[in-house]
Amino acid sequence: MSVLLGTSALSQSVAILLIGAGTTIAVSLAGNALGLLIAVPVCFLRLSQARAARAMGIAYVSFFRGVPLLVQLLIVYYFLPALDLDLPPFMAAAIGLGVCTAAYQAENLRGGFLIIPKGQNDAARAFGYTRLQTRRCILIPQALRAAAPAIINEMILILKASSLVSVVGVEDLMRVSQNIVARDLRPLRWYMAAAVIYLVINLALALLGRAAERRLSVGYAKVVL
Amino acid sequence: MSADLSLMTTYGPQLIEGFRLTVLIWLSGSALAVALGFVLGLILSVGGPALTLPVRAYVEFFRGTPLLAQLFLAYYGGPSIGITLDAVTVGVCGLGLYGAAYFAEIFRAGFASIPEGQLEAARSFGLSRRKRIRYIILPQLLVLAVPASVNLLIILLKDTAILSIVTVPELTFQVTGMTLETFTFVAPFAALAALYWALTELVAFLGRRAELRLGVYLRPEVRAAG
Repeated sequence: MSVLLGTSALSQSVAILLIGAGTTIAVSLAGNALGLLIAVPVCFLRLSQARAARAMGIAYVSFFRGVPLLVQLLIVYYFLPALDLDLPPFMAAAIGLGVCTAAYQAENLRGGFLIIPKGQNDAARAFGYTRLQTRRCILIPQALRAAAPAIINEMILILKASSLVSVVGVEDLMRVSQNIVARDLRPLRWYMAAAVIYLVINLALALLGRAAERRLSVGYAKVVL
Repeated sequence: MSADLSLMTTYGPQLIEGFRLTVLIWLSGSALAVALGFVLGLILSVGGPALTLPVRAYVEFFRGTPLLAQLFLAYYGGPSIGITLDAVTVGVCGLGLYGAAYFAEIFRAGFASIPEGQLEAARSFGLSRRKRIRYIILPQLLVLAVPASVNLLIILLKDTAILSIVTVPELTFQVTGMTLETFTFVAPFAALAALYWALTELVAFLGRRAELRLGVYLRPEVRAAG
């Protein structure tokens, strides 16, 4: 009987752990997607010819890169309700991760734009591409390809940083493993399990990233140094 | 006010020592990360499978696990396999090995971004591989790498605070100790945050200066004048 109970408690804990892992994946995916969406306009602000636009880009990056993520999460979670914006914890966490990572991704992306020869922009405009078309069809694909490894670096960092979102009440992998440990007092087993799950998610992310790089590199010769 | 001054005379020296140690560990850890990352990135770009597979495993392990877990492993697990390191060495090596995994990817991206035609041209001019890397690849690679590297240097700076958990007596460790002895929390931690922020802004500023310098060849007006 005790054996049966033991297994059922164990299987229950494993199920809870996997649900937590699902939450971690969902919140960090949402945060990363939002971050990339915000990063594109921030990056264009930073690259702009206009001094005021550049200053806005620099200000965004230095605030969100300079203030610790934990503080940003607490601000989103506790200050936005004060403005009558009541956010569920999951949304607050995704937004907090997103606005923070956008600062880093904007810089990663900007590096990719810097190395594109100026002539390509001029040529595209001469062919009658609008400014928006030039960006979408000519510049962004090349910048993405060059910046992809750095972008994946940051996505992995955000996945690991998502262990902080439990402070705003999200039941992520870290929080549920703490809960399980509080109940059955086997820290080594459950924290190791959590660590392995984080590692597996990161490996999958890295593999996806390299697949994306290959996709973006179609038509490029393999560089022989 | 007088209370603040007496706090400063009591804790001043150890705060300065903590600040010195934070900067020292950050700079030497980052130097190790950049140097090792460059070598690893080069191997990932040119090596055969026998070389790239172990390097890939290194990158995925150090990038895929949290820095704190790696530090615990080195500091508390190390003695059980006969490696006993003092806290500062663990800090520098931990930060360096961790950062190198990220820098390897940044440099790999840099090597991949060089147009093939340039390298063919350099080869037909008879430049050796060392010279191709030094004069053709590196100046262009750095333009792509600087923004991402500034990101990473800032992340590594903020991560030095984690070292306080494995008893490295750096700035966060000293400030935490001070708050526990004096029961004042807001001012010391606010000052701590401001200090880290000032350092990150300094790195960002130096990064922007470096970009201007390295990107000279990309600006047509300069090219025409030169």
